[in-house]
Amino acid sequence: MTLPTFTAGEDLRGWLDRYDRLQLLRVLTCGNVDDGKSTLIGRLLHDTGRIYEDHLKALEADSRVHGTTGGGLDLALVVDGLKAEREQGITIDVAWRYFTTARRAFIIADCPGHEQYTRNMATGASHCQLAISLIDARSGVTTQTRRHATIAAMLGIRHVVAAVNKMDLVGWSEPRFREIEAEFQGFCARLGIEHAVALPVSALTGEGVVRRSGAMPWFSGPALLELLEGVELPGPGDADPFRMPVQVVLRPSLDFRGFAGQVTSGDVRVGDRVRIMPRGTEARVARIVRPDAFGGDLERAHAPQSVVLCLDREVDCSRGDVIACFGGASDMRVGRRIVADLVWMVDAPLVAGQSLLCRVGTRITPARVLRVIHRLKVDTLAHEAAESMALNDIGRVELECEEPVAFDPYRVSRGTGAIVLIDRLSNATAAAGMIRTGDPSERGAHWDDQALDTVSSPVSGVSAAERDARWSQRPCCILLHGPPNTGKTESAFALERALWDLGHDAVVLDGQGMRSGLSKDLGFESGDRSENLRRAAEVARLLMGQGRIVIMSFVAPQDDVRERARALLGPDRCIFVHASEGFDIARIVMELASRGLIGRRTSA
Amino acid sequence: MAHGLTHLEELEAEAIHILRETAASFERPVLMYSIGKDSTVLLELALKAFAPGRLPFPVLHIDTTWKFREMIAFRDATAARLGLDLRVHTNREGLAQGISPITHGSKVHTDVMKTVALRQALSAGRYDAAIGGARRDEEKSRAKERIFSFRDANHRWDPKGQRPEFWSLYNPRVHPGESMRVFPLSNWTELDVWLYIWKLGLPVVDLYLARERPVVERNGTLIMVDDDRLPLKPGERIERRRVRFRTLGCYPLSGAIESDADTLEKVIEEMLLARTSERQGRLIDHDQSGSMEEKKREGYF
Ligand SMILES: Nc1nc2c(ncn2[C@@H]2O[C@H](COP(=O)(O)OP(=O)(O)OP(=O)(O)O)[C@@H](O)[C@H]2O)c(=O)[nH]1
Ligand SMILES: [Mg+2]
Repeated sequence: MTLPTFTAGEDLRGWLDRYDRLQLLRVLTCGNVDDGKSTLIGRLLHDTGRIYEDHLKALEADSRVHGTTGGGLDLALVVDGLKAEREQGITIDVAWRYFTTARRAFIIADCPGHEQYTRNMATGASHCQLAISLIDARSGVTTQTRRHATIAAMLGIRHVVAAVNKMDLVGWSEPRFREIEAEFQGFCARLGIEHAVALPVSALTGEGVVRRSGAMPWFSGPALLELLEGVELPGPGDADPFRMPVQVVLRPSLDFRGFAGQVTSGDVRVGDRVRIMPRGTEARVARIVRPDAFGGDLERAHAPQSVVLCLDREVDCSRGDVIACFGGASDMRVGRRIVADLVWMVDAPLVAGQSLLCRVGTRITPARVLRVIHRLKVDTLAHEAAESMALNDIGRVELECEEPVAFDPYRVSRGTGAIVLIDRLSNATAAAGMIRTGDPSERGAHWDDQALDTVSSPVSGVSAAERDARWSQRPCCILLHGPPNTGKTESAFALERALWDLGHDAVVLDGQGMRSGLSKDLGFESGDRSENLRRAAEVARLLMGQGRIVIMSFVAPQDDVRERARALLGPDRCIFVHASEGFDIARIVMELASRGLIGRRTSA
Repeated sequence: MAHGLTHLEELEAEAIHILRETAASFERPVLMYSIGKDSTVLLELALKAFAPGRLPFPVLHIDTTWKFREMIAFRDATAARLGLDLRVHTNREGLAQGISPITHGSKVHTDVMKTVALRQALSAGRYDAAIGGARRDEEKSRAKERIFSFRDANHRWDPKGQRPEFWSLYNPRVHPGESMRVFPLSNWTELDVWLYIWKLGLPVVDLYLARERPVVERNGTLIMVDDDRLPLKPGERIERRRVRFRTLGCYPLSGAIESDADTLEKVIEEMLLARTSERQGRLIDHDQSGSMEEKKREGYF
């Protein structure tokens, strides 16, 4: 039952508790102009009884004046609240609606379809987790459908529901629906959207919106609302790195200095080591003050709480800085150069050399456009070389900030990986951007940097099966790690010998060897150690790509860094041995055999 | 419940973030205090946002001189209790011209004594950011508004040309004379506001609770006779009825509802079962469809 969740006489405290714990889903509508987005949201609210009587009366009167439905209820007018929207029968800016069912709380952003207002659609999308893409069953997937899906995907939306609308106008035709479904899902797959489903609906009649449709018995899937109530969202990951951009420094008295901000990712506890970025200064968390005048302290703060942190020492830290977890694979990137995907939103084009203000976290800094790397053709998703970006273009640029900034790739952390560009003269918000990486040529790359996909990996002429037949081995990696002088290198070469004698082909990557060449620019700080292992793991990945067994001997003291290496190389292809276990060559060989990584393949 | 925070905790965290952004990004912010339930929550959140420090901006009330007497008493008591830097502004010229909701009607009164008064106060104080307690669920044009909502040098809102607003990366940049309206409660509903007040036990004006009050029935609306400035029309008589208010404003323009809800719990229960919106009792919203947008374009909150 999805309708009114409170019944007279019910215990209010219990009800409040249930309401307060409902999981929130933020949804947007998108798609081409007039495909029925606003009508659909109006229908959803109407059929769940969420329109107050006085609003319904006003709606009836408005429908007679502005309606596009011949005097019948025009449900788009529930959300199209601006005068200009009602006069023109289109949506111009996002309408935010709030409603709850017994199973879930929703925030719905009804977005405009018109290309001219793409910026407003992107505004809505940046706040949402799920997109409902409306598609008029008569016209099918259009350029604007694709543009919106592309923007949604770039902003990290993983769930897209295609509501194939106006099924009443195509005789509730299943073949037509299936055709659109296939085309849309194909496009979403290319965008890397993991969950893309299609539903047939009629926003006008309500078929398939709140209730399943009687007119389309051939469709066995859920109604839209059922689907929205059931979508499963990933919780915050345990491994999310701690980030808190500092908003204000609170200094009410001589003996209190607190850094106020909202945790955007991960969590932090009293006593934790943190770094103040971008300088990288170390400190420990001394107190986590709850944002009440009189409330006590917290032991732990996590996203998305707003808190005040006190540190254990006097450090230089102010608005614009980020308090971040300490070290290892989850260090923030620091640099002046940023490569980001942008949606450009002002009339004047973006060109190389242009100077703008760039907002990352709570820092606003002047930045210059170094180059446009490519522009995206939304119909084909092809990258085209470009010198500039025009209004509503999507593309990738490289920026250079006036001062070093701390950031993360957007994929890793939105709060510190999203940027906004501001026109310096008009103050207009000119672009929204998602950071991919820093300067790829800069020292100290990062586990989370993404390759610039201008380079494609070459394909070898020798197949994995041929290599396997010759060497009787599957590519894998053995990491021997532990403190210096525990026999790692010696054992690595002993293992190579043992495998060689059995007819296999192994390669040793040694920490010392790496440092004498490939990593000679690195020191021994945690960030540098992380980078050294990352490079080794990348080399191992290349070698494994060509069928080799890779034996690595490294100090590799950081757990999280080793886990990143394991994830990169594939957990089922890694054997990690710590010095404290002893490097028993025979046992390692046996383990390789028992895991099926060496020896003749018994059967496929 | 996302991320281990409850719905209200998440809304609270967002509002505090917005308030801190405002304090950090503007030179002269001011918090608009209208004494009602939304202002009550807004004020509480602002105090939290800067605790253990003090509120880093003044609090402004636009007094039309037609507010319920209880509201003014509550305002002054609140300011004293919390040690607020309270500033009160009234449009003196309007007052001198004798503008009143009774003789001039709701439209002129609202325009002169609220909208113009607000513009006067903001310009005189050279405030570059005005924080208000408006919510998107209140009204259809509010549902369209940004959290950081730009105003030109004439305090006008351009609903067709709003700045895009991504994530919580607000663009606070304004030129001299221009300003921002900031709405930390944008994503709160009427229910959220009441639940928050109830959960935290925040004091509110007693007019929200049902009591026997002197009212007259006028065009189907119950108007409370708060003082002797309300002339009775032929046939009207003052009766004592058990009423309360869902929203508070100028008393001749605020419709009361008959109710037995004399505790906060009962108010919330009534609201959960209500079939009409909170603004139904607001006479100023009914001048014409789209009138809120018109007023907002003129600079109204
Ligand atoms: N026959 C039919 N008409 C529909 C249906 N859904 C919407 N319409 C009509 O399509 C027209 C456009 O609907 P809107 O809801 O305003 O479209 P929109 O996608 O919100 O448009 P923009 O926001 O301007 O991009 C209106 O006249 C609707 O009544 C449907 O299922 N069947
Ligand atoms: Mg629309």
